[in-house]
Amino acid sequence: MTAAVQHLQGAALARQTRTVQRRRRLLRIFVIYIPVVLVLLIMLLPFYWMLVTSLKPYPEMFNLKISPFYPLNPTGEYYLELLNNTKFLLWFKNTLVVSAAATTISVVLSVLAGYSLSRLRFRGRTAISGIIFVSYLIPTTLLFIPMAEVAKQLQVINRLEALIIVYPTFLIPFCTWLLMGYFRTIPIDLEECALIDGANRVQALRFVTLPLAIPGVVTAIIFAFTLSWNEFIYGLVLVTGENQRTLPVGVLTRLVQGDLYFWGPLMAAALLGSLPVVLLFSFFVEQYVAGLTAGAMKG
Amino acid sequence: MQGQQTLSTLDPPARRFRAWMGRDALQGYLMLAPAVLWLVLLLGYPFVLAIWLSLTNKTVGNPGTFVGLNNFINQWNSEIFRRAFANTFILTGVTTVIKFVIGLALALLFNQQFIGRRFARAALLLPWIVPTVLSTMAFFWMFDSNLSAVNWVLRNLGLIQKNIPWLTDPTMAMVSIMIVNCWRGIPFFTITILAALQTVPKELYEAASIDGANPLHKLRRITLPMIFPILSVVIIVSVIGTFSDVQVVASLTGGGPQNSTHVLATLSYRVGLQSGQLGQGAAIAMYMFPFLFAMIAFELWNVRRSAR
Repeated sequence: MTAAVQHLQGAALARQTRTVQRRRRLLRIFVIYIPVVLVLLIMLLPFYWMLVTSLKPYPEMFNLKISPFYPLNPTGEYYLELLNNTKFLLWFKNTLVVSAAATTISVVLSVLAGYSLSRLRFRGRTAISGIIFVSYLIPTTLLFIPMAEVAKQLQVINRLEALIIVYPTFLIPFCTWLLMGYFRTIPIDLEECALIDGANRVQALRFVTLPLAIPGVVTAIIFAFTLSWNEFIYGLVLVTGENQRTLPVGVLTRLVQGDLYFWGPLMAAALLGSLPVVLLFSFFVEQYVAGLTAGAMKG
Repeated sequence: MQGQQTLSTLDPPARRFRAWMGRDALQGYLMLAPAVLWLVLLLGYPFVLAIWLSLTNKTVGNPGTFVGLNNFINQWNSEIFRRAFANTFILTGVTTVIKFVIGLALALLFNQQFIGRRFARAALLLPWIVPTVLSTMAFFWMFDSNLSAVNWVLRNLGLIQKNIPWLTDPTMAMVSIMIVNCWRGIPFFTITILAALQTVPKELYEAASIDGANPLHKLRRITLPMIFPILSVVIIVSVIGTFSDVQVVASLTGGGPQNSTHVLATLSYRVGLQSGQLGQGAAIAMYMFPFLFAMIAFELWNVRRSAR
């Protein structure tokens, strides 16, 4: 075989590879990019719809002749109405206070419990972690009626304190489970050094293990905060005064009255009310996904 | 080291007791105590109270007396209850299958290499993280009887002549609830399955390719068996969440039209707190328990098995 023939064959081969590559790229556009874009469009449509509605003057909203998908004369009046004429900011603050307090309590207790269950050796350890796992699966809707009774007995009914003490009941099991899994991934050697040097368990946790477990703790915080922010049934049942409402409950009970819907402010509220968790999420996506999968992966 | 020294100075029964308790018993229990006490007082006690309430005729303003299983029997004979009972199972069954199939398909799609993948995955998760009540309000508005944007699109595409009665027809109202539930739940399935896919060793796929397996074979023979333990947890968590969810129904239909879309959770709220029949309401909620118990028991067995 001469060099020239070899060269020709090489060129043909290269051309062939290029065609295959081009065809493959085209295929990828059809089987990957177009489906991905379509999926995202569908999944995110409700958010777009909130935004459009919150900016659209009522005459446009009720005009069936024009396309509903963009406002012709955008207006900010619903946002002003929401902030000035409803207690939105107060509900926002209430939810923030309750979520922050419940998250703090839950994460602190869960760090202690998770550490104890994952590191220390004592009788009943397996049984207790089993019970905590079971309580993670008990839904809030099973218990809201007796919980109202308990809140009355504790004399916290209709006060934000009721939510602050009740939310940890569904946060502690999840956070403990998550942190148990995280503590197990931290090498035990460092801690043993500290113990030999005369530290007690609390000191070992505080100065050695906890600093290494910060990513796990952050995940627990983000999850606990999001779950508290989104909580609905206890917020509906345990506090009934308009001044003690949490955000989801306030929006639903105040902006939907019988058959009367205040669409503009309602959509503005939906958007603003989602903002804190979306912001938190956008900064900590990785942690969020870790939390979401923690129950499944480490279970 | 220190622990052993103290042990040797103790007399035998005390030493044996400490050994039986485990070497970290005292510190272990102390660190656990706050969390466990919190759960016992505010989860265990309300649970016992829930059982007790469901066996009494307590109403708001009347302490009530023990009535045995009367509430349960009464409810079972009520048309509205039976509708809600069936709805709960139908809703859970149908949406779980849809969420699983679409969730798996999307996980396989989002597992491919493509530009903007990280962003796409993050965006996909949004429906799961925003408060359900608030996002359901957007659907509520999209399903409005006259001004529905969905109907507007379908009408202008010529697909429908008359408006679809999304929330005013009993069957369509259930379908609407399922749509919202799936919209919210699919990202959970997708992201968790996506994480599970990362645990499957690549070599298995390569070996299968050499043996001439097609993608469907690989999915059935490698992917699904490998991710099954995680899959089962995801499904159980989703089933329990859907079965007991109150938010979508409460904010989308409120149980209407004509009480046709109630689920156990919303009916329990309606009867127990809005009508003030606490005993009856607690009984309705208790009807959820046997199924939840079965799910939890299965899950516990599953966790134990895969831990071994």
